[in-house]
Amino acid sequence: MIRRVLLVPALVAVTVVPGGPAFAQGAAVVTAIRNATILTITKGTIDKGTIVIRNGKIAAVGANVDVPRGATEIDATGLFVMPGIIDAHSHIAVDGAVNESSLSVTSMVGVEDVLNPKDIDIYRGLAGGVTSANVLHGSANAIGGKNAVIKLRWGKDARGLLFEGALPGIKFALGENPKRASAAGGNAERRYPATRMGVIDVIREAFVEARAYQATWRAHEAAVKAGDRTAIAPARDLRLEPLVEILEGKRLVHAHSYRADEILQLIRLAEEFKFRIATLQHVLEGYKVADEIARHGAGASTFSDWWAYKVEAYDAVPHNAALMTDRGVLVSINSDSAEEHRHLNQEAAKAMKYGGLTEDQALELVTINPALQLGVDKRVGSIEVGKDADLVLYSAHPLSTFAIPRQVLIDGVVYFDREMDLQQRQVRAAQKQALKDKARSTGTAKPTAPDTTPKAETTTPGQEDLR
Amino acid sequence: MSPRHPLMRSAAAIGASIGACVALVSGRLEAQAPASIYAITGARVSTVSGAVLENATVVIADGKILSVGPTAIVPSGAEVIDGAGLDVSPGFFDAMSQLGLTEIGAVNATNDITEAGAFNPQVDAATAIHPSTDHIPVARANGITHAVAVPGMPSGFLGGGPVIGGQASAIHLDGWTVEEMLLGRSVGMVVNWPSVQARSFDFATFSLRARPYREAKEEQAKQTREIARWLADARDYRLARGKGGERIERNLKLEALGPYVSGEKPFLVRADTERDIRDAVAFFVDGQKQRMVLVGADEAWKVASFLAEKKVPVIIGPTQALPRSDDDPYDATMAAPAVLHAAGVTFALSTYNSSDVRNLPYEIGTAVGFGLPRDVALRAITLAPAQILGLDALVGSIEPGKVANLVVTRGDPLEIRSTVTHVFVKGVPVSLETRHTTLYEKYKGRPRPAAAAR
Repeated sequence: MIRRVLLVPALVAVTVVPGGPAFAQGAAVVTAIRNATILTITKGTIDKGTIVIRNGKIAAVGANVDVPRGATEIDATGLFVMPGIIDAHSHIAVDGAVNESSLSVTSMVGVEDVLNPKDIDIYRGLAGGVTSANVLHGSANAIGGKNAVIKLRWGKDARGLLFEGALPGIKFALGENPKRASAAGGNAERRYPATRMGVIDVIREAFVEARAYQATWRAHEAAVKAGDRTAIAPARDLRLEPLVEILEGKRLVHAHSYRADEILQLIRLAEEFKFRIATLQHVLEGYKVADEIARHGAGASTFSDWWAYKVEAYDAVPHNAALMTDRGVLVSINSDSAEEHRHLNQEAAKAMKYGGLTEDQALELVTINPALQLGVDKRVGSIEVGKDADLVLYSAHPLSTFAIPRQVLIDGVVYFDREMDLQQRQVRAAQKQALKDKARSTGTAKPTAPDTTPKAETTTPGQEDLR
Repeated sequence: MSPRHPLMRSAAAIGASIGACVALVSGRLEAQAPASIYAITGARVSTVSGAVLENATVVIADGKILSVGPTAIVPSGAEVIDGAGLDVSPGFFDAMSQLGLTEIGAVNATNDITEAGAFNPQVDAATAIHPSTDHIPVARANGITHAVAVPGMPSGFLGGGPVIGGQASAIHLDGWTVEEMLLGRSVGMVVNWPSVQARSFDFATFSLRARPYREAKEEQAKQTREIARWLADARDYRLARGKGGERIERNLKLEALGPYVSGEKPFLVRADTERDIRDAVAFFVDGQKQRMVLVGADEAWKVASFLAEKKVPVIIGPTQALPRSDDDPYDATMAAPAVLHAAGVTFALSTYNSSDVRNLPYEIGTAVGFGLPRDVALRAITLAPAQILGLDALVGSIEPGKVANLVVTRGDPLEIRSTVTHVFVKGVPVSLETRHTTLYEKYKGRPRPAAAAR
């Protein structure tokens, strides 16, 4: 490899620099992707099609679409274009630990406060075709923290990563992880809950509190409305506020779960408190209770084929996505891993191998279905006029093992370009060498060794423990 | 053979291991298989050792490949599989796996990967392999027909594990007992090259704990000296016992190292960083003049020409892994096979895993997108690992005389979307049912809710 192919002239002209994409400024910016096989997901496949992008949105799609004068053209001959992959379960771009594991209900904390826009896993995911991700807390707590839905706008600051307008959500967790977790990360006394009974009880207690809190506020608001000028507002409770939002349908519950019985327990609890679970995450035994999941209306976001890394993953089957789809559940395939993240297209293909989904159904698992689950389907998840131009140009059909992303666009901006990446390597190697030489010649500073620090986030299922 | 002559015994054992293997295969067939002759006709056959043959026939008799080619004659009485539209490839070989040594990762009672203690050359994986593990049928259903179970090489953030981990055992992925499965009881001696570990991961706090560099470096130097001493002792022991030194007490650890220090079999030396790889090669190849296979080898791509120059074969890990360093190219792991190939390094690819062995063909398939020639990719999970471990007289390609371990697919075997239609292990078609297909069928058949209830 390390092919040094001449750059596409159009790209030179717009000076795409990973880390500082530049051509979204100024007046109407128009880009046209031409001669591509377009996998729209919702409206079929178009051979030798054109996509016109205007100010970051898809302005036209079709086989016979005129390219506006002055448009920057990307020749996609031989390439396949599909919507950017949406990963419904990720822990990238989190600064530090993903669990606030000192309490079993931590609905007051949020990922948004600790987003790290310099996490290299953002760029790596982008290079794997991912354009949006649901960044969640870990699974140490029955009720974890608030999520952040992001776009992988590498080079932007933390705020610039946020998927504006996405519905807020929260992480719940059932089963082995919350019952195993204890304060201070594992070396202290066991904390409550230590069984599946306790896990559900913790959640139920929290919602009982939340209802009471909600009632207090409602009474206050009613009093104010009735003209009581002496009414004093109740103290805000930042732990209960997000739970009230769940009760009012304003916050999505993303519930880490494995076993069929615990899935049913949470469904019953949600129905008791009259809210709907947005997604059951992992949900490895979802295939056993797919009818019940479908009836409740929860989405299911699962792994393609991980199994056997713990007891509650021993009945996992790679047919899970297909079986649940067949019973009417809205299913996505997620990564939960900065590594798996990079080839979710291949993971989707496994739902064809195991369980016989069609190509279209397989692609939906990583595009429109996660978009629906996260409530961002009006913006992303398919190639349709009016949607965000979040697109991946693949070297071959994205369900092929041999396909690799060549370019990735978010909001119409090229955030990843493979040829550019290859070219930049030489530049960076030269810069690095120059720094080393300088350090040696002055003899003062030692060159910094490459950072081989392993992350707390591992990619090995057996060790990914409390995520 | 008298147990008093370990040298003779070990020499005989090698001869026997090849002979016994074949004998076991045919023995089993005679005992229970109604048909022992099979023919796959009219298929596309990737022999790997030679050309890809279109419209060819593979004949299997008594566990072995009898003939292959467009003109191969189908013997009377053969069970015939119409191979039109199908691909026949050598069965895939996961040369560094944990198959049979673990069932559920988080349940320690099911793990037999790593023995206690730092120097354990005397333990072999075959002793602990669990023939009825659910992981084996799962791997087999995707075309993996044989594998090496590797002890003493725990997967983990920082590598680690014992210095000498034990003997790796090669197995066919079918058999009632481990003896029926064995392809080679002792095919590699595991060494985890001591790395300078100035930081260690503390699971209690889920964070890194630093320790003084000097302390870490001293420990590494000490461990390296200890390896040198073990090798020297093993050579002396071998010599002494070989000269009829019955008075020398048996030492199972030194005895186990015998076929390795003699150069008959390779050390499987795990080193991951550029520096560790260079140090390990300097020690084993330049210094100790031993046969070394570099395994793990995360940063082999950084020293590809060095490895080619030193003629050190490499068994790399999955392409679907994160680069070690933030500074590395995003595709470092996925492009590594292409880089090694371009530099002329002999390499194979393995999963280093158990539950994930089934993804071996797709792991190497991923490298194709990053420039690895398709034929080299197939070789990296068939013939190349067999050659690296000295098992290529038995397996690795579709040639007359080799054990008939084959995978038949509809579509490219390196593509996820392709379907595995047949798998032959030791000349017998094996079931493609798994724990997963059983659960799938069961729950697919769960009665749907009545329309009224919906």
